[in-house]
Order: sequence, then C-alpha cells, then structure tokens
Amino acid sequence: MTLVWLIVLPLIAGVLSWLVERWHGKAPRWIALATMTLLFLIGLALWWHGDVGQGRWLAEWRAAWIPRFGIEVHLALDGLSVVLVTLTALLGMLAVLCSWTDVTERVGFFHFNLLWVLGGVMGVFLALDLFLFFLFWEMMLVPMYFLVALWGHAGAEGKTPVRAATRFFIYTQASGLLMLVAILALVFIHQSGSGVYSFNYEVLLSADVPEALRMPVMLGFFIAFAVKLPVPPLHGWLPDAHAQAPTAGSVLLAGILLKTAAYGLLRFALPLFPEASQVFAPVAMALGLAGIIYGAVLACGQHDMKRLIAYTSISHMGFVLIALYAGTALALQGAVVVMVAHAFSSAALFMLSGQVRERVHSLDMRDMGGLWSRLPVLPVFFLAFVAASLGMPGTANFVGEFMVLFGAFPVAPVVVVIACTGLVLAAIYSLLLMQRVNYGPVQSEDPLPGPDRREYGTLLALLVLVILFGLYPQPLLDTTAPLTDRLELLFTAEAE
Amino acid sequence: MLTLEHLVALTPLILIGAAAVTVMLGIAWRRHHAATALTTGLGLILALLFLPMVAGMGNIDTPLLAVDGLSRFSTVLILLSTLVITLLAYPYLEGHEGAREEFYLLLLCAVAGAITLVSARHLATLFLGVELLSMPLYGMLAYRFREPTSLEAGIKYLVLSAAATAFLLFGMALLYARTGELELAALAVELTGNRDAWVLAGAALMIVGLGFKLSLVPFHLWTPDVYQGGPAPTAMFLATVSKLAVFVVLLRVALAAPLFHDDWLQPVLIALALLSMLAGNLLALFQDNLKRLLGYSSIAHFGYLLVALVVANEMAVEATGVYLLTYVVTTLAVFGAVTVFASPCEGEDGAALADYRGLFWRRPWLAGVLTLGLLSLAGIPPTAGFIGKFYVIALAVEAGHWWLAGGIVLGSAIALFYYLRVMVALYMPASEDSPIRIQDTPHKGLRASMVVLLMLAVLIMVLGIYPAPMIGWANAL
Repeated sequence: MTLVWLIVLPLIAGVLSWLVERWHGKAPRWIALATMTLLFLIGLALWWHGDVGQGRWLAEWRAAWIPRFGIEVHLALDGLSVVLVTLTALLGMLAVLCSWTDVTERVGFFHFNLLWVLGGVMGVFLALDLFLFFLFWEMMLVPMYFLVALWGHAGAEGKTPVRAATRFFIYTQASGLLMLVAILALVFIHQSGSGVYSFNYEVLLSADVPEALRMPVMLGFFIAFAVKLPVPPLHGWLPDAHAQAPTAGSVLLAGILLKTAAYGLLRFALPLFPEASQVFAPVAMALGLAGIIYGAVLACGQHDMKRLIAYTSISHMGFVLIALYAGTALALQGAVVVMVAHAFSSAALFMLSGQVRERVHSLDMRDMGGLWSRLPVLPVFFLAFVAASLGMPGTANFVGEFMVLFGAFPVAPVVVVIACTGLVLAAIYSLLLMQRVNYGPVQSEDPLPGPDRREYGTLLALLVLVILFGLYPQPLLDTTAPLTDRLELLFTAEAE
Repeated sequence: MLTLEHLVALTPLILIGAAAVTVMLGIAWRRHHAATALTTGLGLILALLFLPMVAGMGNIDTPLLAVDGLSRFSTVLILLSTLVITLLAYPYLEGHEGAREEFYLLLLCAVAGAITLVSARHLATLFLGVELLSMPLYGMLAYRFREPTSLEAGIKYLVLSAAATAFLLFGMALLYARTGELELAALAVELTGNRDAWVLAGAALMIVGLGFKLSLVPFHLWTPDVYQGGPAPTAMFLATVSKLAVFVVLLRVALAAPLFHDDWLQPVLIALALLSMLAGNLLALFQDNLKRLLGYSSIAHFGYLLVALVVANEMAVEATGVYLLTYVVTTLAVFGAVTVFASPCEGEDGAALADYRGLFWRRPWLAGVLTLGLLSLAGIPPTAGFIGKFYVIALAVEAGHWWLAGGIVLGSAIALFYYLRVMVALYMPASEDSPIRIQDTPHKGLRASMVVLLMLAVLIMVLGIYPAPMIGWANAL
C-alpha cells in the first residue's frame, strides 16, 4: 500500500494546494513542501529497511484493473526504483523551495502542476504493468507542459515559452505513442503464443518475439526513451524547454524527467529485448558518443546560461547511454551514479541560474561578468557545482563517469577513448561558464544581495550530497547491484 | 409479419415519434419554450427507460429493423446525447429572436432518423434513416437564418447532402440490379463470391454517400463551414449523433458484406482512413475558430475509427463501441462548453480563439471542462479519449496494419499542436481588447447546463481511470 501512497499523495496534495490558494497565498507552498518531505522520508525508510539481496522486489502491490486485456495496477519497488523515488522526492522539495520567490502568479495552479508531474514520475518509477507505465509516462507531460508554457520565460529572438512547451509535448507524446504501438505488438505476440492477454512486465519478459519483429519492437521502446534522454538527433525539444522553463521546471526536467528515460531503458528496453539490444549496441553507443561530443561542443557556443547547462545534460546523458549498452555491471552501476550525480549538479546549476536571474534579470552571459566581486557566496557555490559537473575527483560525477568509462572499456575500447575527449570538452565549457559569469570585466559596481537562508540551505544540502556520494558511493552501488548483475548476465548470455 | 413482440421492441422509436407529434401539436396550440423543451426531454427519458425492458427480450429482427446489442448500445448513446443537447440548447435558444420551439421538433425527427439508421437491416430503412436524419438538420443548421453564416451552413449542407444522397441511392440501385435483394443479410449472401465491376462500383458509391455524412477526406469540404456557421447545439448534434448513427450503419454493412474485405475495396478504405487522419489534423493546425477547428478534428477522429471498418472483425465491433462512447462523451463536453460559452446566442457564435483567451480566470469551471475535453480528444491518459485511442491502435497492431498504426501516431502528434494551442490560451492572461461577454446574472438554464458539463467531465475521467465496465459493455455487443 505504501507504493500506492507514493503516487496518490502528490496527486491529492496537488488538488489540495490548488484549492487552498484562495484562503492563503503561501499555503500551497507549504502543502507541497510537506508532501515532498513526507515522500522523501518514506523513500529513505524503504531504502533503509529494504534488503535488496532478498527476492526480486522490495515491495509489491497489485490489483486487477482492466481484466479484458489482463491489465493490472501493478507496482513494485527494487533497488533502482528506491534510489530514483527518493531522488524524485528530494528534487521535488528543492523545486518547491527554489520557486518560493521565483513564482508569484497563480501559485496554487503552479503547485498543482508541480505535484502532478512528481506524482506521474513516481508512477513511472514504480509501474510494472506496461499499460500503467505508459499511462504515467504520458500523464506527467500535461502538467509539465503547463509549467513551461505558463510560467516560462521568453527566450532569445522572441521565442515564446508556449512554443518550447509545445515542442516538448509533441516530441515526447509522438515518441510515446510509438512505444504504445511497440507495447501492443509485444502483448499481441505474447498473446498469440500463450493465448492470454497480459501487460505484466514479468510475464512479457518471457515472450518469444519472432526474429523479424525484435528489432522494430525494440526500436519503438528505444526511440521513446531516446527522445526523453535525449539522444541526438532526437533532442530538438531540450534546449528550448530547459532554457525557457521556470527554475523549478528546469530542475525537474534535468533532475528527474531525463532519468525516467534511462530508467525505462534499464527496466524495459534492455531486459525485454536482450538479443536486439545486443545487436543494436554499437549504434546506441555511437549515438551516445555523438551526444557527448555534440552536447559539449554546442554548450561551448551558448550565450544563455540555462541553454548552456541544458546542452551539458545531453553530453552527460551520452555517458549513461554508452554505459547502458556496454552492459557490464560496473558500467551499469556507473550509469546509476551518473544519473544521481547529474541530478544533483544540474539541479544545483539551474537553481543557481535562477537565483542569478532573480538578481541580474537576465540569463544572457554577455550581460554578466564579474559577479564574483558583486555577489557574495553564490559564486563559490557556482565554482563547486561547475567543478562537479566537469567531473572533478571527489564529486559523485567523477565516480560515475569513471565507472562508466572503466566498465565499458573491455567491451568497447574505441568508444571509451573517444568518450574521454568529452571530459576535456567538459572542462572547457565548465570553465567558460565560470569565467563568463563570475570573472571578467565587471558590468556594474552595484553590489547584489547574497543568498537568503532558503537558498543557502538548499545549495549547501546539494553540495553535501555531491561530495558525500563522491567520497562514499557504496550505498548506491549496494542497492542497485542485484539489478545490474542480472542485466550483465543477460548481456553476456547473449554474447556467447 | 409485424408481431406484438416487434412493436414492443420498437417502443423507443415509437416513443420518439410520439414525442415529435406531441411537440408539434403543442406548438400549434400554444408556443411555450420551456414546456416544449420539457416535453422533448420527457420523451427522450421515457424512451431511455424503455430500453432495459427491450434489452431483456434479446435480439429481435423485425422485417426492416434489427434490435440487437449494437442498435441498443447506439440508441442509448443517441438518446443520452440528445438529452444533453436539449438541455444545452434551451439556454442557448433563449437569445434567439425568432421562433424557438420548432428546433426541438426538428431535433426529435432527426433522433428518430438516427435510431432507424442504427437498427437498419434493409437498404430501405438505411435510406429512410439517412434522409430522416439529414432533412431536419438543414432546418437546424439554418435555424438562426438572420445570421448569414447560419444560412450559408444550412444551404451548403443541403446541396452537398443531396449530392451525397444521390451517390448513395445509385450505389444501392447498382447492388439491387446485380442481386435483386435489398435486405442486408440476403444481399451479403448474394454477394459472396461476386466480384464484378458493378457490385464493386455499387459498394464504392455507397461508401462515398456515407463518407460524406462522416466527412471523410476527400468528402469533407462542407464540414468546417457548416460547423462554424451552424448554431452550436446543431453542430454538437452533427458531431455526435449524426456521425455515430452513420458510422454504426456503415459498420453493419461492412460486417455483413464480405465485399469489404475485398482486395480492391480494402485499400480504398485504408487510403480514406489515412487521408482523413492526416488531412483532418493538418487542416486543423492553424484554425482560429474553435468550432471550425473541432470540425476538422472530428474528420481526423473518424479517420482513426475507420480502422475498425478496415479490420471488421469481432474486436472491431468492441473497439467501435468503446471509441464511439468515448468520442461522444468527449465531444459533448467540448461542444457543450462552446455552446455554454455562446449562450444565450446573439449574433454569430463567438468561437474565435481570441474570445477564449484567459477563460480560466473568468469562468474556471467552464475552462476546466474544456481542458479535460481537449485532452481527451487528444487521447492523453488518464482521460476517456486515451482508452478509445488505445483500442484503435490495438486493432491496427493486432491486424498487422502498420501503416494505419503509423498514421494514428503521426496524426495524434500533429493534433496535439492545435489542441495544446487552444488549451494554453484558456490559461493565458486575457488580452485587454478581447471582445468578452460576461454574464452578470447567468441565465438559470445555464446553471443546469454547467451541471451537465461537469457530469460529462467527471465521466471523461471515470471512463479513463476505470474503463472496465465500459469495455465489458462493448465486449458484449
């Protein structure tokens, strides 16, 4: 039942915070914050008490839903989900906190959308029925669309946030429908063999897909996840959506929504189609490489701070993609660490840009420069998170990327060698960002207000987490080990 | 021979006829808007109450009409939709300066036509139904004849509908000439193995005639103007009851006649489906009038539903049932919101997107219903529309029609653009100079309309979240 609450609580709180707005302007914020804190605690408790070595799932809940097609409400939690659920709740808290002064209009409706995105994401991480998974996958789009469209900022050259949001929605929805076609194909293939309809993940794992259909069906899943990850050339929605979303929207997009794609690949695309994935691996890794280089090179050329950070996300997710298709346990665990680390560092960078934007009223780095002397404390955080983002040893990002490269090397040495250039490029764009914003000629002598306690606290918490997992990533590795070991077995069995 | 049992089975139809006569006599005696609307509503409810009794009798074939699961299912949908339309038409017509009562008379006649059509098992009743459904619609479309657009809509529909009827009749004549049969079942037997050009031409002409009523591309040219110009309740009737009835009869023909699985006819249907999905959605992209946009969107929706006709197996009937139910509920909600927005009517219905800008901040409930309706039309879970879309995609995938599945995916992606465009406009801050009519004291009929709309919105959510009962019902067809 706990699993159901993880999804239902944010949905209820969302409606509630919309309704209470008329009584008290601040009430929606507190409701949202309390809900996310509660979810975070639940997540931690599940993590603490769950023994990942025992059995397949830490917790499971199922009930019949649409018996006609064997569709169930089937939720389950394993090591990977528990990490991501906790991460979602944590970033949810941060998203509420960072919009405390950023969002002043339609506060109730804003938090309604925020909480519904989070509820949908929770559902994605917990659903084990493919129909239910698809439902949540699509459900989180609508509130996200509203977040970007209604509270977003106009971009350069008169780009409206509505345009960015529409793009995001159409990309993900269209690719999502491809996934629905693939899911249905899988279900009907299984039905023709066994005579029963089932959308159950565990049942479909054993579906015997005919050779000719494996690749197209697998691609249906892959494309849906590749759009969300994003993998070039399917990344068109990302820079605009990230750059024009409100701070909380960017935090959620970069911190969690991108992770749903990696999760989908790990949970569904790879285990359901091990053979096809094996065949497809070189292409996927090449795409990952393209993502690393392309994202990094384009990041170097950006003037808009959030666009720059958005492009670095493409680059970092390239590492994840390479790791997933390398298929060794070490690389897969590295991917999980990169996911978590990237969630922290990119969320922090987006929050920092939001805070700079509140003070300088621009995101264009040409309007900045010399903030180090004008702005207390924040540039220090900037430096720390930029260092994390470029993979400085001692941060979680370093651990993740190192493990990915190390784990993938036996499988694909050439890919790893080229991917390493990504690290060099990362140093370049990170330092460019740092230099243009914080150093260089001062635009004005006026001092800017430093962070208040809320801003200070959230950034400090993130910094602690980045360093903590950088020095001691073992808890993450322990919880996800059973899953990654199983995947490795699947991969090596195919290779032989 | 017509027996007493047959008469009982046809009670709903008879009751609708009786209600139409009562309304007509009532108008002749004394004009009273509220009483007329009430009589209409009572007639519809009475017919609805008789349906469970009819259902208990099992399937009955009268000489001309078949009372079976499909016809009962469609009749329930038709009656309920008309009930909603009546409720919404009342406050709308309050603003009409001419005679208001005849609208209900026309409405009831059209409903009788629709019920006849969905039960037709004979080409004669098929034709009778189509005409009885279309004729009153000319009047209903041109009802606000002082508005040039309304008049234009009526005349356009009249001219093009007459042309379509000619196609339909010619097609029937060709089939009759080759087989000597008019009854659908007998016709199907005669047609088995018969593949000559005349038969195919006859079937194709019938598809053209019915395709016009369903506004499939390329027979869709009338749709946008008629939807935009016609009074909102009529457009609502056109989009729900009229299309539903015609589609059901087309499905009946397709199921009965093996002809539709012919190598020659099936590609035609596939092409029609793909064209309707893509062209309907593409043409809707840059419309600035909501009614017009919905017209195009309904073209696309029947393109999706044509998949059921292409496949035409057991599951196709189930899929049609589910899709029609979700489509009707959703369309009623969306058009209902448009109607309420335009009520009481004065001048041309304000349906420009600019009028809707910022609606949420003025009339939150109305905007909420519209949002849900649009999401459902776009097929986003967890709304009812998603279940419908799920079914047609499942149908296409199961039968291995990958082109159709691809068309649905592409069409839905395009459709999102314009649905989102409308939806986000509702939540934008209203522009200063937008021509808004804010009702200081809303008409009391409007409050009832709002209740109906909210019920529809709840239904959209319930059908989306818990579709099992609906699927069970459709599965039993």
